Amino acid sequence: MKILSVAAAALLAATPALAQESTDPIKLTLHDWSGQLITTTLMGEVLKEAGYNVEYVQADYIAQFAGLKTGDLHVAMEIWETTGREAMDEATASGKVINQGETGMIAIEEWWYPAYMEERCPGLPNWEALKECADAFSTPETAPLGRYLGGPVTWGGFDEERVEALGLDFEVIHAGTDAALFAELESAYQRQDPIMLWIYSPHWAPAKYDGKFVKFPEYSPECYADPSVGMNPDAAYDCGKPTGPIWKVSWAGLDDKWPNAGKAIRNFDIDNDAMGAMVADVDLNGKSVDETVAAWMADNKDVWSTWIAN
Amino acid sequence: MPRWLTSGRVFWLALFAVTWALSTWSFQLYKALDARWIIRFPKKWQLELDGAISGFLIWLVEDAGFYLFSFKDLTRAMAALIEAPYQFLRNLLIEGFSSGYGETAVQLAPSLSWIAIIICIAAIGLYARDWALAALVGCCFLYLAVFGQWHSAMITLASVLIAVPIGAVGGLFLGIAAYRHPWVDMALRPVLDLMQTVPVFAYLVPILILFGFGPVAALVATIIYAMPPMVRITIVALRNVPDEILEAGHMAGCTQRQIMWKILVPSATPTLMVGVNQVIMLSLNMVIIASMIGAGGLGFDVLASLRRLDIGGGIEAGLAIVLMAIALDRASQAFSERKYRVRKSGNLIQRYPLSSTVLFFAIATMILGRLIPAVQTYPEALTLTTGPFWAGAMEWINVNFFDTFEAIKLVILQGLLLPVKKFFTGIPWAWGIIATGLMAARIGGWKLGIMAMLMMGFIAASGLWGKAMVTIYLCGVSVLIATIVGIPLGIWAAERPKAGKVILGLMDTLQTLPSFVYLIPVIMLFRVGDFSAMIAVVLYALAPAVRYAAHGLGDVPEQMIEAGHMAGCTKRQILWRIKLPLATPQLLLGLNQTTMLALSMLVITALVGTRDLGQEVYIALTKANAGKGIVAGLSVAFIAIIADRLVNALARGQRKRLGI
Repeated sequence: MKILSVAAAALLAATPALAQESTDPIKLTLHDWSGQLITTTLMGEVLKEAGYNVEYVQADYIAQFAGLKTGDLHVAMEIWETTGREAMDEATASGKVINQGETGMIAIEEWWYPAYMEERCPGLPNWEALKECADAFSTPETAPLGRYLGGPVTWGGFDEERVEALGLDFEVIHAGTDAALFAELESAYQRQDPIMLWIYSPHWAPAKYDGKFVKFPEYSPECYADPSVGMNPDAAYDCGKPTGPIWKVSWAGLDDKWPNAGKAIRNFDIDNDAMGAMVADVDLNGKSVDETVAAWMADNKDVWSTWIAN
Repeated sequence: MPRWLTSGRVFWLALFAVTWALSTWSFQLYKALDARWIIRFPKKWQLELDGAISGFLIWLVEDAGFYLFSFKDLTRAMAALIEAPYQFLRNLLIEGFSSGYGETAVQLAPSLSWIAIIICIAAIGLYARDWALAALVGCCFLYLAVFGQWHSAMITLASVLIAVPIGAVGGLFLGIAAYRHPWVDMALRPVLDLMQTVPVFAYLVPILILFGFGPVAALVATIIYAMPPMVRITIVALRNVPDEILEAGHMAGCTQRQIMWKILVPSATPTLMVGVNQVIMLSLNMVIIASMIGAGGLGFDVLASLRRLDIGGGIEAGLAIVLMAIALDRASQAFSERKYRVRKSGNLIQRYPLSSTVLFFAIATMILGRLIPAVQTYPEALTLTTGPFWAGAMEWINVNFFDTFEAIKLVILQGLLLPVKKFFTGIPWAWGIIATGLMAARIGGWKLGIMAMLMMGFIAASGLWGKAMVTIYLCGVSVLIATIVGIPLGIWAAERPKAGKVILGLMDTLQTLPSFVYLIPVIMLFRVGDFSAMIAVVLYALAPAVRYAAHGLGDVPEQMIEAGHMAGCTKRQILWRIKLPLATPQLLLGLNQTTMLALSMLVITALVGTRDLGQEVYIALTKANAGKGIVAGLSVAFIAIIADRLVNALARGQRKRLGI
């Protein structure tokens, strides 16, 4: 905290404090994964530097849109293209929520395997290797098919269709939450047992476990929409998953009440590597979110001060 | 006709045979008759209730009003009413009192120090019973400080301290109203059933919209979930007040109000305290779900540590919830048994020695805390953690015993789970409705039969038949296993009081430990699938089976056992021929509670990855589709209500037969 206040003093001396708009606290939503906590705390601390009052509110990832519409909540820092698009579109269509642009982070989601599986299934990460050695990934319940652990049904992902279109001998099992997903990975990794599952990044898992994403034929919108595109002429989804930005959204009234805060939020920009390092600090090295954010802010003052510069 | 072939047996055999045959050949039947409606409920007959409910909710939130103010204003005003005391408690326990925001904030007074709070809770224990209780609750709270759970635990404590009085007093008034006016009783019964059986996730979205985001919405959800037992117990307690006491009141010329508050409520107090105790336990059960919508506290710590697979962190936060539950449970039970004491005389300090001690320490630590920070907040350097131990233990079990577990799992999966699943999911919906109706009519009379058919019809018409069958299969198997494991444990606990203490203590822990804590290790050992879900449900639903069995056996009248001894029964004969038959109604009640708990775990098993009604509710929540969530929630509630009525009817029949 000391670093923070020194930085604050330096900033206040250098640039005149931003014109105070409303002294009501800006409410930022917190969810339950570290990356989001870091992003939100970072934004919140930067806004505090700019002289705003900030309040963090615990809210469910999807249920929060109800609050963003009414103005109970003001800012949500991480809406993933891959998992939150539907809810976000529905909310922005109402006109009460606005998309404040990309965070700079790109969500990657794909089939992933631990490095030791390359010995048992040579040819990986190329997806064609899976045609030969699906049985290396099988369990008693799925044998002779390989077992692929997909994300919760609500995440979509078209894995059943992909398996069908690419002719892979895999059975898709859906985990109920991502905690279940990573519990299985941890378990298999400890025993060096076969596993193939859905992993996304930025997340601590790719940093903790040694492994790779499977390389499927590159995604294109046509591949999903048009069966004739891609290597299987009769089926859509014969390619990998799309990557997509992570969006910032806010209550529509934000810019009227705190115009410069709106600007700062739009200016917020950070990349996967910087975020990945911070997530690893929190989840793997046991540092607190506040500590990690304070350290980043001390090292990158020139970055965040441009966000709030007039 | 052979003698064993009674009409009852013929009925059950025939019902099962027809159901089995239809379930096995439903697909062939559909192919042969080219009638797809046999296996799938026709789309065009489907009720579009979810859209209607969502529409109603939108109307409620956006347009509904009472001339001067809108419905939402009303709920928001209620939210503000709840928020004020909650914020006060938070300031008192955690944040301290200050004015202004952010940089300009000025602290007026610090929060209570950890030492003061521990002394206060120990004083409450001493006041309620004796030094032993004081030591127990004091140690429970000391754990919170030593294991670094203090901050979160105080947030949870603040919400419990708000939710419990509202739930208890609200439940008391509703119960009194139901006791006085039979029509309130009639109207309240189905509402209470729904409050207890509709999964909380189903109505989270409407609550969030009406009460705003943050701790208040979580408090409201907690109160809805925790209040019903208080209402039920109040009704029972008031009805059980002996007529003589009531008569004496009338003779003395009491008004109705005096009879209620000076006679009925005081004489029912010990039973009412059982209700308060239930409210406390259920509020703590809600901690995890409440934390998902903004309550924070220990529930959030459990969720967050499990998301980063910090099993030790999850266990420590989970145990903190258990210990808090134990402290509050024991203290509230002690209050219900507390004897009236003579008032002390002397000056203020002599008359109130405990309150003055607490006050003294609160002020002393506040002043000292300014000089020595460790007095105000427990120093972080002195906190313990067992995290590495749990992670290591889990890894060791995983690496060494996984294959053994896998083998056991395969046997149970193929021998029990899969056949039962095939049987239930194969039943054509039309026959399923009829069969449920026949079964209910046979056990509980034609009224119950019609009700059951209507409820199953609702499920089918909502297009949820398949998922409902998976639900019944999963819960059925889990209840079966919980009963097979639980009743012998209960018998053991009843026969050997020493073992009983350990077993019942374990059951208390299992019930208050958030299921998330063991869900992750279970998945690590058994992978995602029905088997993991079943284990989680069994662990959670085991407690009532054990408790009611132990209670039922303990309640068997001495004379009966004596008579058995006189007739020269062996120990085994006494157990099988006398104790167990006489305890059957209690065992059935245990079965009933086990079923209810199993159904309430559905939403949690959805987090493992099952495809049942729980998942439907969860999907509705993640898509913020309030209507869909409520329809699926009602379906779960209907299954629970049918099961409840059936088991109760069975218990009634058994009691009649035994003449108790």
